[in-house]
Amino acid sequence: MIKNFKPALSAVALSLAVLSQGAVAAEEQFFPIPGYRVGPYGANGQAFYGGFIDYLNYVNLKEKGVNGVTLTYEECETEYNNAKGVECYERMKSKAAKSSGPIHTMSTGISYALIDKSAQDKLPLAMMGYGRTDAVDGSVFPYAFPLVTTYQMQASAIVKFLKDKAAGDLKGKKIVYLYHDSAYGKEAIIALEAESRLNKFDLVQIPVAHPGNEQGAQWLKIRQEKPDYVIFWGWGVMNQTALKAAQKVGFPRDKMIGSWWTGSEEDVVPAGDAAKGYMAATWNVAGKTVPVIADIEKTVYGAGKGNLQDTSKLGTILYNRGVSAAVLSVEAIRKAQEKYGKGKAMSGEQVRWALENLNINDARLKALGATDLLPEIKTSCDNHEGSGKVKIQQWDGAKWVPVSSWIEGNKALIHPLFQASAKQYAKEKGITPRDCSKEK
Amino acid sequence: MNFFLEVLIGGLLSGVMYALVALGFVMIYKASGVFNFAQGAMVYLAALSVVGCMEKGAPLWLAIILAFAIMTAFGIATEKFVLRKLVNQPPIALFMATIGLAFFIEGLAPMIFGSEPRALELGIVDEPIPWILDNWNMVISKFDLVASGVAAVLVATLALFFQYTRIGRALRAVADDHQAALSIGIPLQHIWAIVWGVAGFVALVAGMMWGARNGVQFALTFTALKALPVLILGGFTSVPGAIVGGLIIGASEKLAEIYIPPVMQDLFGGNFGGIEGWFPYVLALLFLLVRPEGLFGEKHIDRV
Repeated sequence: MIKNFKPALSAVALSLAVLSQGAVAAEEQFFPIPGYRVGPYGANGQAFYGGFIDYLNYVNLKEKGVNGVTLTYEECETEYNNAKGVECYERMKSKAAKSSGPIHTMSTGISYALIDKSAQDKLPLAMMGYGRTDAVDGSVFPYAFPLVTTYQMQASAIVKFLKDKAAGDLKGKKIVYLYHDSAYGKEAIIALEAESRLNKFDLVQIPVAHPGNEQGAQWLKIRQEKPDYVIFWGWGVMNQTALKAAQKVGFPRDKMIGSWWTGSEEDVVPAGDAAKGYMAATWNVAGKTVPVIADIEKTVYGAGKGNLQDTSKLGTILYNRGVSAAVLSVEAIRKAQEKYGKGKAMSGEQVRWALENLNINDARLKALGATDLLPEIKTSCDNHEGSGKVKIQQWDGAKWVPVSSWIEGNKALIHPLFQASAKQYAKEKGITPRDCSKEK
Repeated sequence: MNFFLEVLIGGLLSGVMYALVALGFVMIYKASGVFNFAQGAMVYLAALSVVGCMEKGAPLWLAIILAFAIMTAFGIATEKFVLRKLVNQPPIALFMATIGLAFFIEGLAPMIFGSEPRALELGIVDEPIPWILDNWNMVISKFDLVASGVAAVLVATLALFFQYTRIGRALRAVADDHQAALSIGIPLQHIWAIVWGVAGFVALVAGMMWGARNGVQFALTFTALKALPVLILGGFTSVPGAIVGGLIIGASEKLAEIYIPPVMQDLFGGNFGGIEGWFPYVLALLFLLVRPEGLFGEKHIDRV
């Protein structure tokens, strides 16, 4: 009996070894997610990261991952707090050393805190619509990607939209820029000043102190100024307060146009009727009519694997934005695999290359079912933004309705500003910029 | 001149909203000598309870009653599980306990009622009164006037409560000396439970007014930041002080926001707006130099 037992035991051990080897060999692409679902901006994070994770699961369920590589992730709660964001990054970076998708923090502050660290650790940092915008210049910031569009290009696109509304001429018009008095709010000023000089409109800048839950003085000043339009750069409670305050002083909401961080359902629903007619920029539309969103609901939630407990968030602006971030990230993994080997997990360095060589056209977006979730994107070493386009949407009291086609900011005016700023940064930090002509 | 008056009146009406929050601080401080760090979180919890109950199908009046019940239960629980063990401990221990309480509420409330920002409709439109706008060209909001009325009623009620009721006198005795109040038979535990319940009611009123104005969301906890300079100015123990302090802070911050930045820009260049976040604190600190106990605060005299 004992004699027979020994070989049997060896066989079991061998089988286990083979199985475990097989398990190790199964490729997994890891996504570190320093996100937030609680705290002051938890509601925004829930929708965004819910959408992001749902798309990763969707690719796993629908295609068995990217060329057989399963997409995995780990979330770490930052509460939108810079210190916690860095802590999360440090905790997850060893796991990300083998393979890492782009890191999305959804926070300008955390992005700033990670920009040098991620470059040292060779982990790609995505900053879609936030973060350090001069990182558009990839010669100085190889690992940072302010993808799709930046605050400055967005501001420029909004001016273009207003110019079209004013029959192509803004000369003599008055535009108030009402902004959150923080790095985020101040980012667009340089672009608006340049646009003001170019288009000869009068720009009045009015800051609002954080958190922006009291704007009585600012709106009385706006009433006194009698502007043609208000361009609005708010965040959190500042958004609803501004809409209510505009109603209070009788300023028409359809002459207010906000940034993409003022244009989600979370920003307008609490303001009730005061929000009706208000416009905001966006790079992704809302709704479940986008094919991939409908298919996520069917495939992922149908299989009981949805990430959101509150499914009413499906198809909201921020949910769809989370999906758009995941689409871009997964496309980067696909691109990296094309160069470095299909069916393999990609390192942060390989994904960085892919993010710098993205080329997602309308046909590809259509094939992904992601038309209108993203504009066409073509990145390069000297253009980590890749698009610079937004759409303008309007709140009809119940839903966001797109009221423009894609509008591109004035690249010739704005991009040199990024290059000048990046050059200054390189000088301060002693960085020798890469020669982009040699990067292919 | 018209614009100056418009800013001044707008500021005074905003100040009433600050005073509504400050009153909650005064209630707790008056009865227990504790600065309640959790007052902002209580405002959030109260407003969230109202919208939470309404989402479950309760009409507004019932939601308010249920929210009041929640706040009262919360007050009793705070006394039983947090404060009871801390009788006669230094005020800093009680203060630290309220910090813990604030974080606890900020975590628990959205777990129960959800964290997404929501609208709270009280049926009062926040629009300018047409007659004043047409005849005086001034923007005075109906909502702000209603808020002022609510604050006036609340202040009068609380002032009478503290001054003329047995519980009010007991509250003041407890605030002076826990041990002495206990020795003459004042039931400290009941008194604290009552005062936290009343502070919960004040938080409910403040939460509803602020929630209707800006939406019910986590940022309601920040309303406490607006109340602090009001307390410094008005005194931590005075109900009328909270109102007068609120009016002074509201009016001065609005006037400062409008009139100081252009002067600074002329002198130094650049953009100096957005000062209403810190200006009230500077004003309050300057005031402290002249009158450390605040406008209506009780002068503290120790025997040597």
